[in-house]
Amino acid sequence: MQLARVVGNVVSTMKNASLRGRKIMVVQNLNEKLEPIGQPLIALDAAGCGIGELVFWCRGREASFPFKRDPTPTDCTIVAIVDSDSHVFNGES
Amino acid sequence: MRVARILGTVVSTQKDERLKGKKLLVVKPINLDGTDRDDYVVAVDTVGAGFHERVLIVGGSSARMAEGNKDCPVDTAIVGVIDSIEFTSPDRK
Repeated sequence: MQLARVVGNVVSTMKNASLRGRKIMVVQNLNEKLEPIGQPLIALDAAGCGIGELVFWCRGREASFPFKRDPTPTDCTIVAIVDSDSHVFNGES
Repeated sequence: MRVARILGTVVSTQKDERLKGKKLLVVKPINLDGTDRDDYVVAVDTVGAGFHERVLIVGGSSARMAEGNKDCPVDTAIVGVIDSIEFTSPDRK
């Protein structure tokens, strides 16, 4: 699981029926100091997050577990919203 | 999940039973700023995507979760056609 910032969203009308009603977000990965790393990613939302929020996401097969029992084709899902930036401790601060 | 653009098609006659009737497309993953990535993948189309469209692809076992791909020997599936992507620069909160 990785910390990320929600930075945008994706609109798609023609999609697989199993994605109907799901929110697709753009997230930017963050390092342990909450600085952006790498390219933005596309993630499905299971937590009800909004743009600007600090979240963490889950990769792989497990990414579809929050939507059980509906089989959902996702390999990257936002599974939780972090309460605030100051709720992330990295041992140095 | 990744964003990709469609490069072309693949035709195969001798294939696994469960791949029959599936459309195979060659897609090139792209970054959200529109630049190409180095790799390419062959993906099963589940939405009826066309040439040069920007699509959403899922990889790994999640590709089998898409409707119509149950128990298919598939590791990348096209699950949506992208209408628009909106996102802000990652360092802006």
